[in-house]
Amino acid sequence: MQNRVKTVKELVVNMGPQHPATHGVLRLVLELEGEVIKKCTPYIGYLHRGVEKLSEDLTYVQSLPLTDRLDYLSSMVNNVGFCIAVEKLVGINVPERAKFIRTMMSEMARICSHLVWIATHALDIGAMTVFLYAMRDRESLLELFEMVTGARLTVSYPRVGGVRCDVDNEFLDKLYKFTEEFPGKVEEYETLIDRNRVWLKRTKGVGVITAEEAINWGLTGPTLRGSGVYYDVRKFFPYDAYDKVDFEVPIGKNGDIYDRYRCRMLEFRQSAKIIKQCIQKLPEGPILAENALRIRMPESPLKIDKKDILFEIYTEDKQIQEFIQKFTEVYASVESPRGELGFYIVCDSSSKPYRMRVRAPSFVHAGVLPKLCEGSLVADVIANIGSVDIVLGECDR
Amino acid sequence: MKTLYIILVATLKTLIYFGILMLHVAYATYAERKVIGHIQLRLGPMVVGPHGLLQPIADVVKLIFKEDIIPIKVDKAIFRIAPLISLSAALSTFAVIPVNKNWVIADINVGLLYVIGIAGIGTYGIIFSGWSSNSKYAFLGSLRSAAQMISYEVALGLSLVGVILMAESFNLTEIVNKQGEYWYGMFLFPQIIGYFVFVVAMLAETNRLPFDLPEAETELVAGYFVEYSGIRFSLFYLAEYLAMFCMSALATICFWGGWTIPPVLIKALPVLGFVPGIVWFLLKVYFHIFLFLWLRGTLPRYRYDQLMAIGWKVLIPLALFNIVITSIFKYYL
Repeated sequence: MQNRVKTVKELVVNMGPQHPATHGVLRLVLELEGEVIKKCTPYIGYLHRGVEKLSEDLTYVQSLPLTDRLDYLSSMVNNVGFCIAVEKLVGINVPERAKFIRTMMSEMARICSHLVWIATHALDIGAMTVFLYAMRDRESLLELFEMVTGARLTVSYPRVGGVRCDVDNEFLDKLYKFTEEFPGKVEEYETLIDRNRVWLKRTKGVGVITAEEAINWGLTGPTLRGSGVYYDVRKFFPYDAYDKVDFEVPIGKNGDIYDRYRCRMLEFRQSAKIIKQCIQKLPEGPILAENALRIRMPESPLKIDKKDILFEIYTEDKQIQEFIQKFTEVYASVESPRGELGFYIVCDSSSKPYRMRVRAPSFVHAGVLPKLCEGSLVADVIANIGSVDIVLGECDR
Repeated sequence: MKTLYIILVATLKTLIYFGILMLHVAYATYAERKVIGHIQLRLGPMVVGPHGLLQPIADVVKLIFKEDIIPIKVDKAIFRIAPLISLSAALSTFAVIPVNKNWVIADINVGLLYVIGIAGIGTYGIIFSGWSSNSKYAFLGSLRSAAQMISYEVALGLSLVGVILMAESFNLTEIVNKQGEYWYGMFLFPQIIGYFVFVVAMLAETNRLPFDLPEAETELVAGYFVEYSGIRFSLFYLAEYLAMFCMSALATICFWGGWTIPPVLIKALPVLGFVPGIVWFLLKVYFHIFLFLWLRGTLPRYRYDQLMAIGWKVLIPLALFNIVITSIFKYYL
């Protein structure tokens, strides 16, 4: 009997993988003392489908639908990212019209994704009404996606060298109308939560990441910008038509949940602005590069300086040296709603990628959770998970 | 013979009360879904019956016939008793609540104390359920509930002291009658601070947003009743809605003049005097119920420490301040 009496000081709670607020199948093991979190350990991999490995057995074009399933809330951006990487690899020039269409679609996807984010984030904190309002507006965007691509969630619309099909005037009119109305809708959400004392209490000064920490953790996207760091792939390494449209990158100051929330709210408006400009500036012309259907994989070897001493030391074997030199590599990144989404492809001149890796922002953001959660309360865990905006499909791949 | 008569009448009254209450609770769920539906731009129940009016009945049938799952490792006896404790506590409070002149099951002198005391017992149900469920989420939920109940029960009790001072009675009927003596017919105006504290504490007492931390479906999944299913789950729901009605009724009786309307209004519009008191009473109660639903559609949830801070650092000092003010006025006027 004596042995059975234990003094329990800490309570270990498994939050997830099936939990309404872990935004997918994230599992957090929380060690609690009362309601205060002493230790938080995220476990991922419950949604692992081996997308990167699968794509090694598929051609580049066949791999495209797999990228949809990574970040299913903004599949368009993932498609674009992958296409840009392949285009960079094989050196295809995308027609202007296709570039504008992609930009437009990427921003639509950004709004869609942010809408799901504000919906779930607000729901996590307890404001259910915002959830339904945001879902209502997302619906109109999904309908627009459906008009052009035939799909709502996993669109597979961009192609290597352009896009699959052209947009018509009806679509553009509807989209323009949406961009006109949307800022009003954003105001609606803000009325509900922005000046709400409960909301402010739950978000201001909670889950603070300083600019330095954010950079050290490798955070990107609104999560980084909330901490006041000015970095956006769209501005620094413009792709598609981002250098031809005018937009601002909103940044925060304190790096708390509220600032990250504000950043995304301001991005709503910027995205609407970009879409509007794209519609106005949309040029005529083809939507697919001429040589897109006759892609030749690069045969140029990987440019490694043979005099590089390190290279010599590590690869003394002549065979290995020759093997390595068969390859060429490419990394291209886009600004997904969550942050920098990068595709790294190693090509061995065949029609299939030799290796593919995805730099998923969600994966990096999931890593920062322990830092955010430790020392805070159970309710803050929920708010923090929402504020870094992770999608587990992308995180687990 | 006389005793038998009294027992018979009391039983009859109780049965009528019980029936009407249950119907109200069933349709309170319907009202909730409709009101929230309109706030959130959706329809709410529409399929069963005209405008989904039979939905609560269908829900009850469904819940009764649902499989009653009891997890293996729960403390079975307590697990079974817990919802009953919550429910019976919630139901018992109605014994002393007068809905119209002389319409009350038990017109006792310590009515107000009785209501507050019995309402506190409901917490036992929640704590028992959380403890016996053998689930950490349920456990955390029940602990939260206990802490919340202790903190807010104090504020709730203190907020009513002003009313008690003014009415000079604990008897709920007496409190209503006393309000009729003033031309404005309500304690709402002189006791506005008390009313504010009462409303906030009442939200916390009934575990409604923004204070629904024991449930907190996004944090603790469903909190204390996470392991309950079918009819047992619905008993908790029943208790929650009953508590809502009870608190609304208490607010109506203590601050809004119960079944009466201000004498000023009757003077201005004598027709109003012919409307039965129960109508006014129910209107006032429904107003408070609507308040519950409206807040649920608007506000996010507080964090646990914030909830405690509001209870101890804002509401209790405010209630104490109210008592001091009321006492001073009472002494000099």
